[in-house]
Amino acid sequence: MLDIIVQVFPYAIAFTIPLLITALGGLFSERSGVVNIGLEGLMVVGFFVGALVTAKLEVFIPGSAVWFGLLAAFIAGALFSLLHAFASINLNANQVISGTAINMIAGALTVYLARNITGSGNIHIIHGMVRRNIPVLDKIPILGKLFFTQTYATTWLVLAILFGSWFILYKTAFGLRLRACGEHPQAADSAGVNVYRIRYLAVMISGAFAGLGGGIILVTYSGEFNGSVAGLGFLALAALIFGQWKPLGILGATFFFGFASTIANVSQVIPTLSRIPGIILKNFPYLVTLIVLVIFSKSSHAPRASGEPYDKGKR
Amino acid sequence: MEYIVEMSNVRKEFPGIVANDDITLQLKQGEIHALLGENGAGKSTLMSILFGLYQPDQGTIKIRGEEVNIANPNIANELGIGMVHQHFKLVHNFTVTENIILGMEPKRGFTVQLKTASARVRELSEKYGLNVEPDAKIEDISVGMQQRVEILKMLYRNAEVLIFDEPTSVLTPQEIQELMKIMRNLIAEGKSIILITHKLKEIKAIADRCTVIRRGKVIGTVDVGSTTEARMAEMMVGREVTFKVAKELRKPGPVILKVCDLTVQNNRKVLGLKKFSLEVRSGEIVGVAGVDGNGQAELVEAISGLRKAESGQVHLKEKDITQMSVGDRIRSGMAFIPEDRHKHGLILDYSVEENLVLKLYKQEPYSKKGLLNKESIHQHAEEVIAEFDIRAGQGVSSSTRSLSGGNQQKAIVGREIDLNPELLIAVQPTRGLDVGAIEYIHKRLVEQRDKGKAVLLISLELDEILNLSDRIAVINSGELVGTVDAAATNENEIGLMMAGVKRGEKIEA
Amino acid sequence: MKLNKEGVVALVAVFLGLAAGAILMSLTGNNPFQGYFYLVRGGLMNAERIGNTLATATPLILTGLSVAFAFKTGLFNIGAAGQMLIGGLAATAVGLSLDLPKIILLPLVLLAAILGGAIWGFLPGFLKARYNVHEVVASIMMNWIAYWTVYYVVPQYFKGAYLETESRKISEAASLKVEWLTDLFDGSYINLGFFLAILAVVVVAFLLNRTTIGYELKAVGFNRFASEYAGIGANRSIVLSMMIAGALAGLGGATFYVGYASIIQIGVLPSQGFDGVAVSLLGVNSPWGVFGAAIFLGLLHSGKGFMNAMTKIPPEIADTIIATIIYFSAMAVFIEGFWEWIDRKKRVRANTTEVNQDEEIIGGVR
Repeated sequence: MLDIIVQVFPYAIAFTIPLLITALGGLFSERSGVVNIGLEGLMVVGFFVGALVTAKLEVFIPGSAVWFGLLAAFIAGALFSLLHAFASINLNANQVISGTAINMIAGALTVYLARNITGSGNIHIIHGMVRRNIPVLDKIPILGKLFFTQTYATTWLVLAILFGSWFILYKTAFGLRLRACGEHPQAADSAGVNVYRIRYLAVMISGAFAGLGGGIILVTYSGEFNGSVAGLGFLALAALIFGQWKPLGILGATFFFGFASTIANVSQVIPTLSRIPGIILKNFPYLVTLIVLVIFSKSSHAPRASGEPYDKGKR
Repeated sequence: MEYIVEMSNVRKEFPGIVANDDITLQLKQGEIHALLGENGAGKSTLMSILFGLYQPDQGTIKIRGEEVNIANPNIANELGIGMVHQHFKLVHNFTVTENIILGMEPKRGFTVQLKTASARVRELSEKYGLNVEPDAKIEDISVGMQQRVEILKMLYRNAEVLIFDEPTSVLTPQEIQELMKIMRNLIAEGKSIILITHKLKEIKAIADRCTVIRRGKVIGTVDVGSTTEARMAEMMVGREVTFKVAKELRKPGPVILKVCDLTVQNNRKVLGLKKFSLEVRSGEIVGVAGVDGNGQAELVEAISGLRKAESGQVHLKEKDITQMSVGDRIRSGMAFIPEDRHKHGLILDYSVEENLVLKLYKQEPYSKKGLLNKESIHQHAEEVIAEFDIRAGQGVSSSTRSLSGGNQQKAIVGREIDLNPELLIAVQPTRGLDVGAIEYIHKRLVEQRDKGKAVLLISLELDEILNLSDRIAVINSGELVGTVDAAATNENEIGLMMAGVKRGEKIEA
Repeated sequence: MKLNKEGVVALVAVFLGLAAGAILMSLTGNNPFQGYFYLVRGGLMNAERIGNTLATATPLILTGLSVAFAFKTGLFNIGAAGQMLIGGLAATAVGLSLDLPKIILLPLVLLAAILGGAIWGFLPGFLKARYNVHEVVASIMMNWIAYWTVYYVVPQYFKGAYLETESRKISEAASLKVEWLTDLFDGSYINLGFFLAILAVVVVAFLLNRTTIGYELKAVGFNRFASEYAGIGANRSIVLSMMIAGALAGLGGATFYVGYASIIQIGVLPSQGFDGVAVSLLGVNSPWGVFGAAIFLGLLHSGKGFMNAMTKIPPEIADTIIATIIYFSAMAVFIEGFWEWIDRKKRVRANTTEVNQDEEIIGGVR
């Protein structure tokens, strides 16, 4: 049993981390009052740009090309999210439609550009991120094997971002103002807070984080850009709801999804699991999400003003 | 300089309307200056300009003798101007302190110093006698305390000029007295106050001077002590106003609505209504008085069928309707004018004719076998808007959104009365309307009563209740405090009952 | 009046989408005029191509109706893809399992598709009505469940003769294709589905505008609270609306999987489901608008192959254009707001209507 867990663990983590960072991005956006359904598309953008930059650079700097790729993914995500920010904040567009449009534009545009570059539409990178053991900590019995051997640097990066996000959201003035914008923008406005500016920042953060998530998929387990992130962006949204819009809750939720999906993927290899029909294993994360959504519907702590365009004229 | 605030010849236009037309307002240091006008006269717009939410198209503002440009609320704050809004601008799941410091958080590095702020809030609260708990969450405290948090927000920012926008609509008569005491405290500490209101009694009680605005223009500025309520009302409306509605003396008939021991849970899983009993007979108006949030919503929802009762019964004309659906109750002879005309009363994106048939569309001749009969619907709407004097730009096919508030309310009233119901329930029927519309709706309600209908009136405006009702039931914390004859009681007694003191009881000093 | 304003929005969005496509083509070293020329030719050059355009548009008409119908009743049906897939699966399953003459089999096949789609729409609707679960997230989950269901069910029960990744071919009796129609259009993919789609447009228009059910569904979509106050059951309406939307998408699935095609592939979530959103927005959520928008999109899709063959412009350009159109439609509020502003200025000058003033609503924090 323990063996199975140890075997499965690294894959589960690899799946969880991009989900986690994307969900964190969604957290910032929604907490400021803007629903961002476009996380999927923003991940794809990061996926694409990350692949492009890494592939081009690794000819020159094989070791650190991945980091530049990740940085590029981060920035690209932030920039692309401006489309959603502009539509939702300045123009009071329907945020769900705008987000869906982002998904569709990103999906089509990246494949179009990739096709122009490589003909097949797939961009391959040679050197992904290297896995390392953490010295000292990896000698701890059981935990050492699970958490500190063969880890990606990006895992630790994302966890650092998680902690940073928690701090920013709950301990800083910016976080207080951001949360106010998501609960009662009129109150924030009359207190002198620039609601538009904060929402813009929040959406850009969500774009940056989602882009980074897409980049992390590339350098950890995918290895090549293939046009889709298989619904991870939406799963991140579900994790956001599951985690009740709190950083720690999201950690738990994404971890759960990571595990559930990984089990489905590796089930053939593990004897005990291979007896469960594939159809159930594969659908398991989605079914659970539906159940979770139902359970959490009553006690929802969704930010009150989330999804509503802020209209200065209304009082 | 004599005046601390001087707004001169201010003009503000919105598409289609001049909200402020050449308005001059002067506030003396240390005075309470009332700004009187009907709903929609332009008072809130003027104060929003002073507070930096809007910019004037023309005119100047001088603070302490110097001309200023108030571009946003931050600048207003810096100039020492603060505003207690009518709809509180408080974040429900933040604490009192977090709400107060929002926008000017005390920091050390990146971290917010909540503890220091909390201590300062407590200090201020004690200094001005506000009795506010700094670490409580807004959603857990009373409406009265929430208002005091709004006041604290201003004091924390060292406001010298305090603007109160319709502050008393959510308070019991006793809380209003407390608020007046607080205002006098503030004046004693050197503040100056502008009070926006349409309540003459309060102006007489506390204000020094009063500027009356009508349709965007200043009618005059008077000394409150030497001006009568009647005179101020006349300035506000432009003609003589009678407050009393002529009522025939009638003997009420059989019981139409009977509510027995009704107990209802509300959204917070608490009992909002506890063992409430009430009777309304044909030919009488029963008014339910109480402070907002004391069970009125649960009462209306249970009677109308929107919410299931935990226990108790509702009878309409001897029939037990407690288990009936909303639609069935409507068909049994119940009509209601809901509290929020935009949220509950009308489908704004539907045309007027579509709205007027909202409760009738399933019946012939408006539809047959599932198919709508557009001709009949159109005809019906034409009749109703003629009968009830509803003004709509493009007639019955106008989008309901384009009607003014008064006409929207008339449309609802017309629709419900047109159903010819035995029981008419009216909740806050004149909220946000100008005097003309209010008079019209009052007239109609009394007319229904005179025709032998049973009318249940639920309102937060005590004057309305006292004017219209034959009998008054007072609700507090979900319970019936008592029922009295309107003719045999007065505002003071009702006020005490609203605060939970039963008739004959003594208040603890 | 309203149609005018929304029609303008749609046209502007289309224009901007096409412009974006043109810019993209130029930036990647291609000639936009050539590109669009071959695109249009690819769709309309001859009878066969016209037939293909109509056949491509057919599922789009139905998914567009599906999304538009849901929109009209206040819901965003992003689950049209999954409903279409399940509808197609049901249709194929019935078509492959029963051996009956066409006149009996075909209606059964269609019925299966409609029921399948309705069930798939029912679930998000129910969850929304009863538990207030956001229909977008729920529908997306349903899309993936449909995907994986097909992924396993098809190879298990309906495995194709040659490929593991697709089903067996359905018989002629189960197909919406009919000889005279195919011959009329020189062997294109056109099928009876096109006429079914037109029928659906008529029925939906009728339902929405002339029936009590339509009145109720729209009322709930506009204002759920006021509808409940008037005795209209909001929950019931939401569920019914999603079921109808699902049924329409399911029928769309039939027109694709047993009409245009004769097999069902695994591992693909049909893009027509998402294009339905574009069609609905472009068609300003009106049934005949949807029809027109679907034909336009059908043209884009059926012509892109030819364009690629003649100019090397990747076919994804069509998807990009469509996605851009959606984006600009999302900004419709801005354009609408602009229009309304002009409207108000006109009315003020004419001075005929009372205009809303600020209204104070009294109350504290609830």
